[in-house]
Amino acid sequence: MDILCVCGMGIGTSVLLKTNVEQAAADLGMDVVVTTSDAGSAKGTANMNDLVLTSAELAPELEGTTTLVEAISNFMDLEEIKDVLERYA
Amino acid sequence: MVDFTGFLPDEAFALDVTAQNWQDAIRLAGQGLVDSGATKPGYTDEMIETVNKLGPYIVIAPGLALAHSRPSDSVMRSGLSWVRLAEPVEFGSKNNDPVSLVIGLAGRDENEHLEVMSAIASALVNPGKVKALADAQTPAEIRAILES
Repeated sequence: MDILCVCGMGIGTSVLLKTNVEQAAADLGMDVVVTTSDAGSAKGTANMNDLVLTSAELAPELEGTTTLVEAISNFMDLEEIKDVLERYA
Repeated sequence: MVDFTGFLPDEAFALDVTAQNWQDAIRLAGQGLVDSGATKPGYTDEMIETVNKLGPYIVIAPGLALAHSRPSDSVMRSGLSWVRLAEPVEFGSKNNDPVSLVIGLAGRDENEHLEVMSAIASALVNPGKVKALADAQTPAEIRAILES
C-alpha cells in the first residue's frame, strides 16, 4: 500500500515518521511504499495514496482529500503506528 | 553507520540549559545551528514563525520537539542542533507537552539529511537509547549513542 507522511515543511517530522512507518510495516510484514510531503502540496498528492499519516495539529489542514487521514500522536511509538497500519493491512 | 560529526558538531549542542518559554527554547536550537555554521541568524525566526503559523505540530513525541523551517537562503548547509533543557517548557502540544529535548534541523534540500534523520528516528523509538541520551554528559557521548 502507498502511504503519504505529511508535515508542515516536508523535510522534518514527516521524514522521521517515514522511517518509523517503514520499520513498523517491516515488523508487521506489510509491503508499503512511503513518501513525504508538506501540508500544502499534500492536498494534491494525497489521492494517489491509500493512506495519509500526519500529526493531530496538521490533520485538519488535509480536510477535503478523499484518502483516509490518520493522526499519529507519538511519532516515536512503533506500537501506535503498528495499531494504525494493522487497521488497513 | 551514519557519521554525525559533520551534522552535529560540538558547537551545535546546549546541554541542560534553561529556557523561559518555547520561543526561547527554539532560539537556543537556532543558536546551535548558527554557531556550527549551518544557518544564518534569520533561520531562527523562521523556525519560530513555523510554529506560530502551523501550531505545535513539531512536538512529535512526548518531550521532543523538532524545530525547523523550510530550505531557504538562511540555510548554508544541512545540519542539526541539540538542546537539552534543564526544566521542560510547554509548547502548547495537546499530547506531547512538556518538551525537554529540542532538536534543531536545517535542511538545504529534502534529501541531504535523510540518513541522519533516519538514524535519529531509529534511536528515539528505542527507550534504552532515549534514557542514555538524557543521561549523556558530553556531545561525543550523544553522537556515539546516535551512531550505535
